[in-house]
Amino acid sequence: MAEKILHAVYDDDDKLLAAVKKIKAANYEIEEVYTPFPVHGLDKAMGLKETRIAITAFIYGCIGFCFAIWMMNHIMILDWPQNIGGKPSFSYIENMPSFVPIMFELTVFFSAHLMVITFYLRSKLWPFKEAENPMPETTDDKFLIVMEFSGNEKDLKKLINDTDVMDIKVHTKIKPSHE
Amino acid sequence: MYTITKNIKIVSFTLMAIGFIGLFYGFYTAPHSIEESNAIVASYGDHGHSSNHGSDSDYQNNSHHKENSHESEGHEVSHEEHVYHQLSNRPWSALYVAALFFFLISLGTLAFYAIQRASQAGWSPILFRVMEGITGYLLPGSIIVFVILVLCTMHLNHLFVWMDPEVVAHDKIIQAKSGYLDSKFFLARAIFYLLGWNIYRFFSRKFSLAQDKANDISNHKKNFQLSAGFLAFFIVTESMMSWDWIMSVDPHWFSTLFGWYVFASMFVSGITMIALITIYLKSQGYLEKVNNNHMHDLAKFMFGVSVFWAYLWFSQFMLIWYANIPEEVTYFVTRIEDYPLPFWGMLVTNLIFPFFVLMNSDYKRVNWLIVMTGIVILFGHYLDFYNMIMPATVGDQWYIGVPEIGGIMFFTGLFIYVVFNTISKVSLEPSGDPLLKESEKFVY
Repeated sequence: MAEKILHAVYDDDDKLLAAVKKIKAANYEIEEVYTPFPVHGLDKAMGLKETRIAITAFIYGCIGFCFAIWMMNHIMILDWPQNIGGKPSFSYIENMPSFVPIMFELTVFFSAHLMVITFYLRSKLWPFKEAENPMPETTDDKFLIVMEFSGNEKDLKKLINDTDVMDIKVHTKIKPSHE
Repeated sequence: MYTITKNIKIVSFTLMAIGFIGLFYGFYTAPHSIEESNAIVASYGDHGHSSNHGSDSDYQNNSHHKENSHESEGHEVSHEEHVYHQLSNRPWSALYVAALFFFLISLGTLAFYAIQRASQAGWSPILFRVMEGITGYLLPGSIIVFVILVLCTMHLNHLFVWMDPEVVAHDKIIQAKSGYLDSKFFLARAIFYLLGWNIYRFFSRKFSLAQDKANDISNHKKNFQLSAGFLAFFIVTESMMSWDWIMSVDPHWFSTLFGWYVFASMFVSGITMIALITIYLKSQGYLEKVNNNHMHDLAKFMFGVSVFWAYLWFSQFMLIWYANIPEEVTYFVTRIEDYPLPFWGMLVTNLIFPFFVLMNSDYKRVNWLIVMTGIVILFGHYLDFYNMIMPATVGDQWYIGVPEIGGIMFFTGLFIYVVFNTISKVSLEPSGDPLLKESEKFVY
């Protein structure tokens, strides 16, 4: 339905944030914002759904914790029973304190790595994937708001011009953009 | 501007009165001779201490064994005398643990405050008056703790066995340490630490109040420099304080990270106290500018420092457990065998409970969850100090009864009164602070 794409370029994160708030207040939809670094509070200003990555982090941490217990029990108690610090009890629970660092590390390891992998999958990123960035300068020092619209170009342009904008471009949509 | 309410006064004075009676009862019922002590032990019935005695590896016990091996009195008398000392130590220990705990809450808050000043933190200036209120207890707390320490050196109790020349005469390990563990030097050090901390608190408060009326930020800058200097002084003296006042009750045992461990405990207690008092003042309609974002940060600190405490506790525990060197491991053997409930229970209250409750980002903004967790944390850290002192002073004769609860109540009452009295002295808003605006606008 949207026929045109508007690119609004900013040179400062505070200006960008103020603009996003203004655009949202005027009830326009923002398609995407490209920034060179994470801008604090941008997700809330854009009205994005709250991330569920924290829940996955907890679940992955639990998996890592359980994996560490299974692994150390298998290695040190079952497969090749070890005398740990002069405590040859061959029981996991009685030698538990010496496994705590491993349990801790694997919890962190699983939580961190699986969280990153989840993030990549969710963002549809993989090695050698071609970049979808409409404006490479946003990886340097520019901030870009992308909006799709089909209504009154004048009104929207006027709204954007009222913000502290650096540059505005309007394209006609040729192919469907990403997603 | 906050005015101290009648309710606060009634609550604090009632707590102090009941607590005082509890402590008095503790001192009154403590045995004053070995015969009385034996009567108390007999009243327990058959079970109890005597069956545990074989595994009791308390140092005080050892030193008494040595002492008595020179005389020909035999083991039974030594044991009875030992129990007598433990029972007569109990009200003293209850008093000392509670006095020390509330003093250290205040000191932990002072360290937190100095860190905010030295790091020029933008989120916290709005809470400065609350922190200064809590550190208002520093001076009375210092005096009380110091008086108790002086009474200890006067041999009114046996909290610090190394102060007893009889014990030292038969103990080579304490003899080797007697250059440091000397009553006069001990008190001189205590004066040195206490003076340093109180001087910082006095001047920092003075500059903080002067900044409200000033036209420039020179007071703010002075406070910054003073705080940075204080932190350097603090981390050294805090460590030495923990050896002197806490670790030396077990004079044979030592741990190199003990200072950090005690610091983590007082730090998290102090932060928790800031959160609790902030929530209370907010519920009374003060501190309008404090919002969820500030509570979120305090709760993050409560969560983080609880984990930090557990890290230090475990680091200390695991190395000693793993190495299994007799003179070190006895510290934990005593605690695990004689204090199983406080020793393991404190891990639940200080790590597991706050870890799971405060892990969720949203829960850090829910006041009643912070209050509930905060009370559990404070109780847990009281237990932590209890576990540090009691096993060495009262051994297996411990119980959380009238003197202990009386001690907690007395110092809670005094603490509440002093803190709210200090808070009521000046405006709750540090209006001249150059970072105040940033603090008001702060979004986590």
